[in-house]
Parts: sequence; C-alpha cells; structure tokens
Amino acid sequence: MITMHPSFEMLRPGKKFPTVWCPGCGHGIVQGAIIRAVQKLGIPRDQMVMVSGIGCSSRMPVYVDFNSLHTAHGRAIAFATGVKLHNPKLHVIVITGDGDALAIGGNHFIHAARRNVELTVILLNNNIYGMTGGQYSPTTPIGKRASTAPYGTAERDFDPCALAVAAGAVFAARGTVFGVVELEKMIQQALAKRGFALVEALSPCPTLYGRLNREGNAVKMIQWQKENTINAKAAAKLPPEKTAGKIITGVFHDAEVTPYTEVYQGIIDKAQGQKQ
Amino acid sequence: MMAGITKIDLARTGNEAMAYAMKQVNPDVVAAYPITPATEIVQLFAQYVADGEVDTEYVPVESEHSAMSACIGSSAAGARTMTGTSSQGLALMYEMCYIAAGLRLPIVMADVNRALSAPINIHCDHSDTMGMRDAGWIHIFSENAQEAYDNMLQAVRIAEHESVRLPVLVTTDGFIISHGMERVATLPDDEVKKFIGPFKPGTMLLDVAKPITVGALNFTDFYFEHRRALVDAQAASVAVIKQVGREFGQKYGTAYDCIEPYQLADAEYAIVALGSTCGTAKVVIDQLRAGGVKAGMLKIRVFRPFPAAEIAAALAGKKSVAVLDRSDVLGGFGGPVFTEVRSALYQKPNAPLLADYIYGLGGREIDMEMIGSVFAQLQDGTAKPDSVQYLGVRD
Repeated sequence: MITMHPSFEMLRPGKKFPTVWCPGCGHGIVQGAIIRAVQKLGIPRDQMVMVSGIGCSSRMPVYVDFNSLHTAHGRAIAFATGVKLHNPKLHVIVITGDGDALAIGGNHFIHAARRNVELTVILLNNNIYGMTGGQYSPTTPIGKRASTAPYGTAERDFDPCALAVAAGAVFAARGTVFGVVELEKMIQQALAKRGFALVEALSPCPTLYGRLNREGNAVKMIQWQKENTINAKAAAKLPPEKTAGKIITGVFHDAEVTPYTEVYQGIIDKAQGQKQ
Repeated sequence: MMAGITKIDLARTGNEAMAYAMKQVNPDVVAAYPITPATEIVQLFAQYVADGEVDTEYVPVESEHSAMSACIGSSAAGARTMTGTSSQGLALMYEMCYIAAGLRLPIVMADVNRALSAPINIHCDHSDTMGMRDAGWIHIFSENAQEAYDNMLQAVRIAEHESVRLPVLVTTDGFIISHGMERVATLPDDEVKKFIGPFKPGTMLLDVAKPITVGALNFTDFYFEHRRALVDAQAASVAVIKQVGREFGQKYGTAYDCIEPYQLADAEYAIVALGSTCGTAKVVIDQLRAGGVKAGMLKIRVFRPFPAAEIAAALAGKKSVAVLDRSDVLGGFGGPVFTEVRSALYQKPNAPLLADYIYGLGGREIDMEMIGSVFAQLQDGTAKPDSVQYLGVRD
C-alpha cells in the first residue's frame, strides 16, 4: 500500500516542488531533520513559528507548513525576538545562513545570545553567499575561493558556535548533513532548551562553493564531511595531530540559565508590586 | 564622433557595462555588499581587482550600511570612491546616504532599480531610488546599457566638480537593463582617463598638514546654513550636468541633457517617463506618428536636481500629458514623478491636462499595447485631469 511520506504533514500543501535549492544542496536535508525533530518532540504545528531573513536557507519557511515570517536580510533574529516576547509559549525557530546571521545580521546574533532570548537558531552554514552568486562570507575559510576572492580570501572566518557561546548562548552544537541522524538529535535538544540555542548545520553548496574550490559534486562534498569531521567527544581522546585541520562536531555547550522572557516577566511583576 | 577616437563595440549587459565603466574609472576604493540584481557589478569589479586590472582597494563589507559607511570614510579621506547596490541594500544605506551628501562627498553609486519589500520581490520598479529623493544626491536614470555606461563616466565628472561636490546615483532598471545584453560602444581606457581627469579632492582627512574634522555637530547655529548650501550645490550642478553632457557629445558623439524630448516639439499628446520604458515608448510613438497621431515623449534623465523649468517649458501647450510612474507615493497624490511634474506646471501658462499612470510595480510587464492604451486615453478624453490610475494591475 502506498502511504504519504511522514514529513508531508509538515510541508505546505499546494506549494510547488522542487524547491529553490540546487540539486545537491544540503539545505533540504536540514529541512527534513527539522521536520523530524519537531515531529518526535510532538510540538503541534500551530505552536511553531519559523522566521527567516534572506538567502538560500531563508527560503525554507515557504516550504514548511508552520506559521512563518520571511523578513529582511540579517534581521530574522530581531523579528523572532519580537515574536517570542509577544507570546513566549510559541516555539520560535530561526532559519538563517552564514551571511545572514554572521555578516549583515551579526549584531542581532550576538545580542540575542547575550540576552538569552529563547530562540532555536538553525544556521545553515555553506561557507558562501549562494543566492547572489558565491561571494565569500564570514565563514569562508581563509584561502578558499569565492567570486569576490578569485584567488582566495585573505580574511579569517568565524566559528559560529564559539561566537554564540562567548556571547551567552545556552546551547551550541555543530552537525553535518552527512551525519543527519546526529543533526536531528541536536535540533531536538535545541528545541527543548529554554534559552538561546544554536545548531550550526554544515551544508554543502556544490553549485558555487564546490565549483569555485574544485571540491567535486554533492556526493563528494558530503563524503568530505564524513572524512573531515570528528565528534567532540572522540576528538578529546585523540592527540592534537589527529585532529589538526578537522572540523569538530557535536554539542559544545549546554547550560541552564534563566531565559530572557522569564527574567523580563520578573521585572514586570516587580514593577507591578507583585510577589514572585 | 571626433577624429582620432575609435569606440570599441562590446556585447555587454547593463551590469557588465557599469562594471566596465568602473574599471576604466579605476577608483581608489570600492566597498560593496552583494544584492540581486546588482551583485554582478561589484562582483565583476572584484575580478578586475583580483586580476590586477585596476589599482582599487576593494572592501567586501558585511552589509550595505557598512558599504556606504566605508565609502564615506574613504571619500572623506580623499579617495575616489564608488559602489553599487539595489533595493533593500539601498534602503539599508539610506541613513549613510544622507550623510554622504551632507558631507559633500563625491561618491558615485550604481543602483539597479528593484522593488522594495514587503512582499519580497527582486524585479524592477523605482521605489528604491525614489526613497533617495530627499537625500541630496544627484540622481540619473538610464534608458539602456549604453546610457548606463555613459552616465557612469559622466557621473564621476559631475560629482567631483568643485562647484558641485555631491554624490551621484546612476540607475538602471533591474533585469530589463541589468541583465539584458546589448551592443555598447565603449571608449578606450586612456580616453576615459582623460575625460574624467585626476581626482582633486576638496578638504580631506589625509591632508596631515591641515587637520580637519568631518561631520562635526551643528545645532541651531550652523545646521540650517549647511543644509542650504546643499540646496545651492544641487542648483549649481545643473550647469555642470549640462556642460559635461555637451562635452561628452562633442567628444564621443552622443550628447546628454537633464531631459530628452522625443517627437515632442509638435506633439499634442505626450507621456513623461524614466528609464527603460522610454525605449519601448519610442517605438509606440513612431507607430502612432505613422498613423497620423501627434504623439511625443519627455524622458527625464536627471531626476535630481529636478529640471522643473525645463519640463514646464517642454510640456507647455500640449493638449494632454500622462506621467508614467514606476513607483507610488503611498498615501500621497500620485507617483513621485507626477507630483513633481504637476508642481512644475502649476501656475504656468498653457499647462496641459496632466494624468498619472502608476505601472510596473515589482517588475509587472509594461508593453507597447499598454503604452498605446495610455495615448488612446489621452486622445479620447478618458484620461481625466489630476487622475491617478493603475496600469496593468488586477483589481
């Protein structure tokens, strides 16, 4: 008997597929992981709000059948903060990219983490501005090529997880589309956190980053993820020479800090003279 | 064309033509951030930088706000500075654009006209640059890739002229011009160099012998005078724009002015338009003329400073005129071009009946049939005076 794919109940009915994402793009894999994480946690669709800015990853809210807000470049976290403060009961998930979150929206990223606003930020990191044609982004590794750096970039890249933790995030994890089962678990953990939670999903861009850096097709790029990432727990037991040049994945930070809306409510109660 | 100068015909999109003009200008600094449909301009320029074809410091910043901020810094330091953007990117620059003009910095910016959010749209209308109407920039529209190239070169001269010293915005219509390939007659590199001349900055930060402060606080004491000086600079730029346009014609064969009349002298019915629509309208007018209709057009090339007196004179005595506005003044009375043309005609003798047609928002197609329908309405009297209609929208 033919049955509907379980993810379909979370996809927007009538929306034309395929998506805007190129063949081989990792973003659809991340979208699948998000849907499964939401389903496993049993969060009702109506309790989900997905907010995005501009870029390839930011097109996700038009495919997923949650309440969604597609906003301006870099501003997703600011819009999402407004949504969360208005109705703290909602699960607010921000879909963003490396350019959107860390360049034009970098200020919102660090300040939402500092305030510990309860947002689940899924940062789809493809190391490049895909939508506008492959300009280098704040996560393009030094020396890698982009259309604005035909001979390689001279700039150092951000570590988004380290940045979030330093700014005050309560949860930070890095996964890959190769390790999609692990990625899905990270997203589940992040959705269950009360506070600013970041999941950085490494997602290959074969069309631009891959071509410009001669990294092969999508399969090779996903294979590369397998061969060049080491889980943080395993890495801790290895000598430095075994981890040199590798990307560390896993949950880096998981802390309990009173979330912003709760602190805010406390101030309101105090101002109104009520006992907490 | 003058003897001794051989133009080189190249197949170029609007974006490529503007990037090529920037390459030939060889500015000291370009700071930019990518945005559709203008990305190509600065991306091609990045390739020129990487290949050592220009001497420019290229600064790929983290947002358009930072791009214009970096441009202001470099221009204030005394560097010839250029950038390019579009739509939301320009909107994010607005705060800095007012400062660039207020500080009298001759930055030249290419803007590819694109609709503003929301809803998100990447196609052409003029709402992005119309948000710059009051910013103090000189604002030049292009009808095609050739004009975009020519305008970019002239913009450098205009911006840097000692009686002007204002930033200049040169626009093309998103995708229609930016991504359409045309034959563009380009000048040899050395000719461009001669035409624009070396950059002679006014006061600048890098003159260590004369330390200055740029952008110091002005309260009730001087702010008004500085803003008034901006008005005077805009007014003074008219003669410079005309002179540079004339010189361009004398040297390279195509002269430019603030406005361009097309079959207008004896026209009874006319339209006023900006940008690529003018090219379509010219074909419609030729067809109407062949059928005996005295149709004509007034193309506005320079929107800032607004050539009010020239427009009033050019439209005087026409039976009826339709303004085609590719953006709207929400909550106002008609589109921005209509509002200003109407003001230009107020209390003028022989002012024609004037109607406004808002069209093409978010890239909605404007074709010959639609322009023909506007002329038909002007002729049969269905175009009412001071009316604002929406062309090609579903009700």
